[in-house]
Amino acid sequence: MIAAMASVTKVHLDNVSMTFNTPSGPFQALAPVTLSIAEGRFVSLIGPSGCGKSTIFNIVAGLLQPTGGRVMLDGADATGTIGRVGYMLQRDMLLPWRKVLDNVILGMEIQGLPLREARGRALPLLRRYGLAGFEYAYPNALSGGMRQRAALLRTLLFDTDVMLLDEPFGALDAQTKSHMQEWLLQLWGDFGKTVVFVTHDVEEAIFLSDEVYVMATRPGRLVETIPVQIARPRQRSITLTPEFIGIKERCMQLLNDAHKAALDEAA
Amino acid sequence: MTAQDTSRTGAALDLAPARPAHKARTYRRLPSQRDWPFWLVIAIQIGILAGGIALWQAAAVYGWIDGFFWSKPSDVYATLIKFFAAGDAWTDIGFTFQSTIYGFLLGTASGSLLGLSFWWSRNYAAVVQPYMICFHSLPKLALAPLVILVFGIGLASKVAIATALTIIVSALTTYAGVKALDPDQERLFYSLGASRMQVFRKLVVPFCLPWVISVLRVNIGLALTGAIVGEFIAAQHGLGRAILYAGSTYDIALVWVVALVLSTLAVVMYGAVSWLEYVLRKGIKQ
Repeated sequence: MIAAMASVTKVHLDNVSMTFNTPSGPFQALAPVTLSIAEGRFVSLIGPSGCGKSTIFNIVAGLLQPTGGRVMLDGADATGTIGRVGYMLQRDMLLPWRKVLDNVILGMEIQGLPLREARGRALPLLRRYGLAGFEYAYPNALSGGMRQRAALLRTLLFDTDVMLLDEPFGALDAQTKSHMQEWLLQLWGDFGKTVVFVTHDVEEAIFLSDEVYVMATRPGRLVETIPVQIARPRQRSITLTPEFIGIKERCMQLLNDAHKAALDEAA
Repeated sequence: MTAQDTSRTGAALDLAPARPAHKARTYRRLPSQRDWPFWLVIAIQIGILAGGIALWQAAAVYGWIDGFFWSKPSDVYATLIKFFAAGDAWTDIGFTFQSTIYGFLLGTASGSLLGLSFWWSRNYAAVVQPYMICFHSLPKLALAPLVILVFGIGLASKVAIATALTIIVSALTTYAGVKALDPDQERLFYSLGASRMQVFRKLVVPFCLPWVISVLRVNIGLALTGAIVGEFIAAQHGLGRAILYAGSTYDIALVWVVALVLSTLAVVMYGAVSWLEYVLRKGIKQ
């Protein structure tokens, strides 16, 4: 439903490229990439290690200055500016000396919101999204899934329209992972954020996304954009439908081709 | 084909006996040690102490050692009573205590701040590093006479030496904390739009606190050493001066007494700092 109404471009990468200078010469981490993500969409980037997924994220978050191209947010140039998008790293990065509540308000606190107000906003969300009873616990008392929830809520409460999620469920066991995926979809449905999701897991990417971007290495680049036109809300059982399997096969084939090409080049 | 061969060789290797064939295999037990009850440990400790003192007394009385140079426990006890009755004792203890605490606080605080300051600029850290290492390896006590000349024979010179001994240890340890900071953690802060000051206050300082705390116990001992050495060289009060005075007048019993008082002071301060460390650590964790 949300996929159907999307039209306004939220994030636009305009020929963004990245070359690092290494001792052994320049290394192109990302060949020029152009892509547009519509408002309220859930898109995924998949690809092998070193395909530039994290580089794209760092550039969009303003943590890395691209060697070429521009990052447009809401139509304005946002290249190299920080604090414009929510960015969740692979590890939860919760501060061990802060209670869960004070961890999730970090973004608001840095933006200068009074602590009392920030806590007031965070509490109902913690309770509604599965952290009730842990508001005043320290992160070391939380399970892996709980910690990721807290980290995600921190990103959400930072209150930007765009959330970049870098393999947030990569370290979780399969059971927890599938719970977290459904939890994330619920969150996304409730808040209507634009989500860019990085994962190694093809099935996860398709299950969650409106669009899957397949990437390849040497140099890191965008190979193909695959739309996922499966109606939402999605049940877990859609992973068994021919449509889903078709998309999955297509993704696997693209990743395989890229992998073979990389091997040939190395040989 | 090749793979199969390799695996076969591997299997053959696994089966090769690790001991001579004619010897029967014996199995070891896991070494284990039974703990003595607490009272027994204490009793043995007290026994050793009492035995040592008795042996010393006997040796001096029967002339096995020269009582003039070694003194004996009964004399030491008598001098101890006199020492505290005379009244100077508490002035001396107070003076040494004061210089130690001031030096400890000053050295630890400024050293920690110095260590933390390296976070702000890698270039600045790189420039200052060699100086720190030089100063660290320098036997700072060798400079004590100079310090006395500059700061006078009062409290200030003792505090200065105690500070010099503690500051670099604190700085280097805190800097180790700064270097252990997870770059991703910093990236998270910056992705939230944080300023450098915000990262410093909300991330760097709390993260490095355990390093700052870990050096407290070392520093209290170093500060006491600094204060005593300062008093050795020139002072009007203090336990160091009292020891020096006793030694130069051949009052060996008094040397023992002051050394005893000094170690008591050291133990008390060490205990206090350990307690402080415990409280701070708990404050950080919970």
